[in-house]
Amino acid sequence: MNKKQRRMRNRIVIALVLFAIVYAVTEFLPLDSWLGSARAAVYVEFALFLVPYLIAGYDVLLRAGRNIKSGHMLDENFLMSVATIGAFSLVLFPDSGPHMAEGAAVMLFYQVGELFQSYAVGKSRQSIAEMMDIAPDYANVMDDGRLVQVDPTEVAVGSRIVVKAGERVPLDGVVVDGTSQLDTSALTGESLPRTVEPGSDVISGCVNMTGLLTVETTKPFGESTVSRILELVENASDKKARTENFITRFARWYTPIVVGIAALLAVIPPLAGMGSWSDWVFRGLTFLVVSCPCALVISVPLSFFGGIGGASKLGILVKGSNYLEALASVDTVVFDKTGTLTNGSFVVTSVKPAHPGDEERILRLAAHAEAFSDHPIALSVRAAFSGDIDTAQICDVEERSGHGVMATIGGERVSVGNDKLMHTCGIIFDETDTQGTVLHVAANGTYLGFIVIADEPKPDAVAAIRALHEAGVRRTVMLTGDRLAAAQSVASRLGIDEVHAQLLPQDKVEEVERLLSGGAARTGKLAFVGDGINDAPVLTRADVGIAMGAMGSDAAIEAADVVLMDDKPSNIARAIRISRKTMRIVWQNIVFALGVKFAVLVLAAIGVANMWLAVFADVGVAILAILNAMRCMNVRK
Amino acid sequence: MRKTFKLNDLDCANCAAKMQEVISKIDGVTSANVNFMMQKLTIDADSERFDAIVDAAQAAISKIEPDCTIVR
Repeated sequence: MNKKQRRMRNRIVIALVLFAIVYAVTEFLPLDSWLGSARAAVYVEFALFLVPYLIAGYDVLLRAGRNIKSGHMLDENFLMSVATIGAFSLVLFPDSGPHMAEGAAVMLFYQVGELFQSYAVGKSRQSIAEMMDIAPDYANVMDDGRLVQVDPTEVAVGSRIVVKAGERVPLDGVVVDGTSQLDTSALTGESLPRTVEPGSDVISGCVNMTGLLTVETTKPFGESTVSRILELVENASDKKARTENFITRFARWYTPIVVGIAALLAVIPPLAGMGSWSDWVFRGLTFLVVSCPCALVISVPLSFFGGIGGASKLGILVKGSNYLEALASVDTVVFDKTGTLTNGSFVVTSVKPAHPGDEERILRLAAHAEAFSDHPIALSVRAAFSGDIDTAQICDVEERSGHGVMATIGGERVSVGNDKLMHTCGIIFDETDTQGTVLHVAANGTYLGFIVIADEPKPDAVAAIRALHEAGVRRTVMLTGDRLAAAQSVASRLGIDEVHAQLLPQDKVEEVERLLSGGAARTGKLAFVGDGINDAPVLTRADVGIAMGAMGSDAAIEAADVVLMDDKPSNIARAIRISRKTMRIVWQNIVFALGVKFAVLVLAAIGVANMWLAVFADVGVAILAILNAMRCMNVRK
Repeated sequence: MRKTFKLNDLDCANCAAKMQEVISKIDGVTSANVNFMMQKLTIDADSERFDAIVDAAQAAISKIEPDCTIVR
């Protein structure tokens, strides 16, 4: 509690105690007989109840007065003031029972509710801030052979900084000296530490657990992972969800309408001779007590904020409340295969020569032809070749995107690539339905055989797809540039519903467009999951773009709506579960708060509900809704 | 120019929504956003008159919630 809240709490406690004493006095002591007349006793009660009332609510009255002057009627201070002053004024109608106790109680409980709201919101803001407490305080920079602590914002790119065991990495960079274990859990939710050695990239926000590291920084603080994440999570609640905007609009109409009805209720029936003025005025005042939409207006953004905060604890960054909302109605998840469902690191699993005994030659030629390529397939071929690559032998290298590579190696014209390349080169080869990616090798127009390269699915990929289906996703689709056979074998192993293979990068956008427009039957949203490196157009096109494995990848953080910090596909289902839970809580609150309020309004109109019930409807509902909203923050690992 | 300010003593969510509405309508403001959870105000407005616009925003805020101030 801050100072303001503590002061408020003390005031409320004093007012509550006084209220209880006054209530007991007026209820149990024979004031009537002491003072001689019932009328006099009522006026004494009036004065007694005024004390706790003013202690609890003088500031509300003052604010209401100020607001009337500046033309802002109908705010909650004004409504509460009118309702409570009205309840007290009923003392002037000698035919009605006294309502001072209710007037004072309404003000008291209203203030209790306000205090609770401010405390709860502060608390959840603080706990989310703690969750995101990944910002480093200082960086150790070498200066004249001495280590100096400086503000991370002042460290230039390319500086060498030292990170000791137990310290947080202050800036993104590359390790130049030392090996250690990094705890990335604050960023990714992953509890296994990551080993780093010279040459490894390190990301700000991780905690150095064991050794001493010297890091050369690659980014200024403002662009480092830590500041980007913090900025992203803090700004997420700026992008308001549809539900949130709906509630704000609703609140704008709700109050004037309820106040209008209250006014009519107080005036029309007595004019029509349907009862006493005091009775109907009291019903109107009861209306005013429930006319404040606060419970809703506060609990909806609080829920979203909690959901986004809770997700970020697991390394799931949602860039806006609107995306969290969209995520909840996702029924189709489209995956880019490589790097998303599979490791993206290819391994040569076998070599199938056309003539036995050629294995070594096939690998040697393929490794040489792919000597200059950075493609993951080229890397895997070179890794599988045990000999040395003699670059002097290689000339006339010609890479054909989507097909393969041709090169002259030691005088032989070698073609290494897929079926399409073999067709264009007019080489006769054996069609195969081997699983995995097939790399044909031919020399001087003669087919030598093929290399099988597999990209292993991630360990949690099967579980991830199952979890998605369990979470209610009806359709999972995999897009890949691979051959259909290879793609289908992966898909069936993982339990994916639909596969589109042999796609060029630009085809993926078209495929997603087609799925998006997929007929009138489509009601849910479509999420696209990619590794973010060259998926930017698809990520933006999908209803929800999810980038995976974004530790340090700027492109992904930029283009995606949801960023998964580590590369586990199982986090997608987790993100959907969190979003569903958040939406469930949001709707629970909306239905519950409105339901109770309407019920009380109706009961008040027919004269059944009194102010006690109304103040419960207002404050009680607000407190329950806030408590419910705070559940959004609790997420299961 | 787009700038984000911290808001002190912003206590009521409904008021935050009202503030956003009023500030968005100030002459020269392209967009305004009041983030109740982060207690922040973001104004995107005419650079040349930015200070005057922030003054106007403060005046509008004070009318809705007298205790609430923009931290500059």
